[in-house]
Formats: sequence, C-alpha cells, structure tokens
Amino acid sequence: MGELAAFIILSAVILIPAVVVVTSPNIVRAALSLVPTFLGVTGFYILLQAEFVAGIQVLIYAGAITVLILFVIMLTEGGSGTHVRQVTAQVPLGVTAALWLAFLLLLVLPRTPWPLSAGQPPQYSAPAVGSAFLTTYVLIFEVTSLVLLIALIGAIVIARREE
Amino acid sequence: MPKVVLDWLYVGVFAVVGIVLAVLPLAVVWLLAPRMALPQKNLTYESGVIPFGQAWAQFNVRYYLFALVFVVFDVEVIYLYPWATVFRQLGPFAFLEMLVFLFILLVALAYAWRKGALEWV
Amino acid sequence: MAVFVEILKAVALAVVVFTFLAVVGAMYGVYLERKISGWIQARIGPMHVGPWGLLQTVADTVKLLQKEHITPRRADWLIFNTAPLIVAVAGLLDWVVIPFGTAFGRVLVVRDISIGVVYFAAMASLTVVGILAAGWSSNNKYALLGGLRSASQMVSYEIPLALGLLWAVMLAGTLSTVGIVEAQRASGWFLFKVPPFGLIAALTFLVAATAEVNRVPFDLPEAESELVAGYFAEYTGMRFALFQLGEYAEMFAMAAMAAVLFLGGWLEPRMPLWVWAGLGLAALAAALFIRFSALRRVLLVRPILALAVLGAVLCALMVAGLAAGRSPVLPSLLWFFIKLFALVFFLMWMRWTYPRLRLDQLLNLSWKVLLPVGLVNLLITGFLLTVAR
Repeated sequence: MGELAAFIILSAVILIPAVVVVTSPNIVRAALSLVPTFLGVTGFYILLQAEFVAGIQVLIYAGAITVLILFVIMLTEGGSGTHVRQVTAQVPLGVTAALWLAFLLLLVLPRTPWPLSAGQPPQYSAPAVGSAFLTTYVLIFEVTSLVLLIALIGAIVIARREE
Repeated sequence: MPKVVLDWLYVGVFAVVGIVLAVLPLAVVWLLAPRMALPQKNLTYESGVIPFGQAWAQFNVRYYLFALVFVVFDVEVIYLYPWATVFRQLGPFAFLEMLVFLFILLVALAYAWRKGALEWV
Repeated sequence: MAVFVEILKAVALAVVVFTFLAVVGAMYGVYLERKISGWIQARIGPMHVGPWGLLQTVADTVKLLQKEHITPRRADWLIFNTAPLIVAVAGLLDWVVIPFGTAFGRVLVVRDISIGVVYFAAMASLTVVGILAAGWSSNNKYALLGGLRSASQMVSYEIPLALGLLWAVMLAGTLSTVGIVEAQRASGWFLFKVPPFGLIAALTFLVAATAEVNRVPFDLPEAESELVAGYFAEYTGMRFALFQLGEYAEMFAMAAMAAVLFLGGWLEPRMPLWVWAGLGLAALAAALFIRFSALRRVLLVRPILALAVLGAVLCALMVAGLAAGRSPVLPSLLWFFIKLFALVFFLMWMRWTYPRLRLDQLLNLSWKVLLPVGLVNLLITGFLLTVAR
C-alpha cells in the first residue's frame, strides 16, 4: 500500500519534469528539469534498498552530469537557446510510432510471466559492493579505470580540436 | 519498513519542509513589501548604464574541459568509497588492486595535465 | 500508522534543524562574522541594536522582509525564483547526517544513514546546480560570469573534498558519520593518526571545504569588487537572504563535518589531568597578564582576554571533573559546539586575513596540488594500513 503510493508519487516526480525536458522551448529549463527526474530515480533505488547506488545517483547525475550538460549548453548556444523548436514536421510519424510501441507494450506486458523471487533483496551496501569488486569482479573493476582513462583522452582530443 | 527506506523518507520530508519554510518568508514579503512596477527598475543591472545586448552568450571551452575532467574523477572517487570500507579486512591484495586502479587514473591526470586541459590561460 | 508518526517526527525535526540553521547559522553566523572582522581590523563591529549589537542581524532580517522582490524583465522568472530554494534546501539537507552528540543513551543525529559520507558529498554537490541556475537565469553578465566561475570552482574542489572524506572512511572502515566518530573513541582523533598523513588529509579537506562554500581566499564567484557579488547580483530582499542562509548553512555543515571526521565529533578529548591543569594555568596567566597591563585597552587584544577566561574556566571544570573520577566530564553537545565554532572561527579568520586568489591559481591549486596530494596520501595510508603492518 505505502509502496504503491510511493511508486506513484515518484513516477509523477520523474515523468512530469521528463515531459518538460522534451517539450520546453527553453534549453536551459529542459536541462534543469533533469534534476527532479534524477532525484525521482534515486527514490526508486531507495525503494529497492540500493542505498549506495542512490547516493551515486545524486552525486554523479544530479550533481555532476547536470553541470556538464549546462556547461555544454552555455558553450554552444549564443543566446538562441530560449526558443528552440523541439518538434519538426515529422510529428505525425513520431506519434504513430509511439502509439504503436505503446500498443505493443500493452499487448506484451500482461502476457509476460514476471518471476518474483521471495525473500530478502540482495545486499547493495557499500562494503558488500566493495568486497564484490575486490574479489569476484576484480578484472571488471580494473578495466573500468581503463575505460575512464580512454573516456578522458577522447574528450580532451575532441575538445581540443574544437578549440 | 526497512531502515534504508525510513532514512530516506526523512530526507524526502526534510526537502519538502525545507522548501515550505524557505517559501514562507517569501510569502511574508509578498504581504509586507511595497510593489511598484517601474520600467527602469526591472532593467538588468549593469553598473548604472543601459544594459547592452544579452548576457546569454557563448562561453569559453575551458569550462567544459574542467567539467569533463571532473566527471571522470568523480566517477573514480565513487569506486574508492566501497574499497575504503573493506580494504582492511581484505588485506594487501585489495591494496594492490587499488594501486593498479589508481595508477591508471594518475596516468589520466598526467595526460590531462600534459595536454593542458588543466590550464587556464 | 507508524509511517505517519515517523513523518510527523521528520517534519518536527526538519523545522527544528531549519530554525537552528536560520538563527544560529545565518543570523548569528553573520553577526559573528561582522564581530570577528571588526576584531581583526581593530574595530568594534555592530554595537547599536541591542546589547553589544546582538540584535543587529535580527533587525537586518526584519529590514529584508520589507524589501521588494524585483525580477528583472529579461530574466527567466521560473528558474530565477527556484534557484534560491535549491541552494537553501541543499544547505539544510547536509545536516541530516551530522551527529550533534549523545543524550539519554542515544546519538543526537537526524538519521544515521549508512552511506552518510557519500550522502553528504552528494547534497553538497546539489548546491552547484542552484548557483549555476541563479547565474544563468538572471540574464546579467556579472551574474552569469559569477555562476560559471563558481560552478567550475565547486566541481574542481569536490574531488579533493571527497578524498579528505575517503581518508577518514579508510581508517574507520564505515561510511556512516556516527560510525566514524565511534571509531575515534577507541583510537583517538583521526587528525593525529598515521602521522603526518592525518594532518595532510585534514588540511586537504579544510582547504577544499573553504573553496566549496565560496569563501575567501576562494571567493572569486562573489568578488564584490569586480563582479558586484556574482551570481546573486540581481537578487533582492528575502531571496538574497535565502542565498546567504544556504551559504552559511553549508559553511557550518562543512565545519561540523571536519569536526566529525578529524576532531572526534562530539567525543571529549582525552588528556591526562596535568595537561588540562597546565593549559588552564597558561590561559589564566594570559588572562591576568592582559587584565593588569596596558594591553587591556588595545582593541585587538580585548577579545583574547575573554577567550582566555573561557578557556581557563573550561580547563578548571575538566580538572575538577577528572579529579572526581567522572568520565566524560562535560556534555557531548558542548564539545561538539566548541569544535564546530573553533572551525567556523578559523574559516572566518582566513576570510579576513587573506587576499583573493586568481582563477588560474585557484584551479591549479585544486587539480595540480590537492588532487595529487590527496591521491598519494590515500595510497600511502593504504600501504601503511595493509602491507606494512
């Protein structure tokens, strides 16, 4: 009961700003609307008792990615970002595709068996995550740092060229 | 209710109450403060001269570079938190794993440094 | 029904913490700042409203309440009006995980979230969004420049800040703030652990925290003399006050976090009786010397007299308590606030002592000094705690 109420409230917190993101003609408003969306997703992680992931969601997405997006906007737009047309002449086609997808999803959803495992949710606490990284998934863990290195190099190369 | 959910219920309530309490003085202002619409008053402040052009202009690429390097290192630090909580139980091997991880990121820092991404000229 | 009881408790706590921040943090924080700046510049500071000017900031608040709200015609009014709320609420949310002390056998903390330290860093990072939104939506060149500078500065110093947090987490082996304080009960303050690396970590944290709250010498975003106050240049009246509230709440939170991480939070410092006695006698001697010499009339010295008397009283209480075999002698709340205000005083002292850095110096300090030092500090400490044991 309480869980359902929380789910509905969080869905509204996620979806209403999400609609603003894709419809607002003001590009900065659209970017800032991502913040409540990210925070709503944090709420879902909490309902799943994945507390560490929730902390990351706020720290990385709401705190870092939003700032990056805002910087990118301020870097590229020269005062034109307040009247952006987010729709083009292809609206009818897009609506048709979206409706078709919705129809298919509604068709499939009730027929799919959703396996529900009983018992406790898995441990998502920080020490559990840490032990998993350092024992079972150590290779993936080390490769992550390589991915980060490559991401940084790529970003710098691209940004330098633009300059 | 699990402890995690209860903890963050408090956080949510704090956010909502915080917004309400922050809006409350604004409501008092709405009651108390004078309101006079003068065209000059609603101009953008530019040290007394008539504002020239828009402030929303294109900005320097350097801000963007710093934000990029920041996101990479922010993600890196996230990996350090779980490590810091357990590395003493897991012993020297966990330390060596982190040494490799951090060494690669120090290479990333050195690269950004060498390429001048950390330079504000 | 238990949920509604919890929600009511949360609302009550939120009101209490918000009021505490508004009164102690913002109003008396500003008063303290003005008094301390007066002291450092050999003035007396506010004196007219109330005894010793104690009601000055109350009067200021009443004045701000009567000021008109101006939204510039070209501003984006929606973002413009939301931005101060983001900053103020982010400052409030920091305080959820700060433990104040113990009473009646339980820890006085709003919630002991098990990822407390990550939570603190996350909420502190939300402030950036509010500041950037304020700077952009004003459609003012000063404000936008201030907002962008502020954002690039705050994101740069978030990493060294996190490295400082991580150092304490490494020693305590837990992310919970209460757990970190409890770990220091057995081992002593983290400041003096694994010397000198505890000291280095604390310095990294403190410098990053100062930059994170945009204070001198890192106040470029608000540089009054070049950017006319930066990102809140266009804000009037109570909305301006909300920015101030958020900023002071954040500053007090950073000082509280530094106390929790490195100075043992609410724990009483454990020193032998003779050290307390020696400190008390030294403070008493200093107080007597100032009282009975010509120094008494010097504006710069007079506050030292008061501090020395307070220190002597504290030491006398400690000596009496320890001699009577009590432990802990003084309430934990008192110790927490002594540490908190000592750190706040330190931050204010810096503000009125140092000139402003240049933007390139500021970014260099973060990326080329604090970040490598913090990382190497973590590595060496990790080495000493695992391999070299």
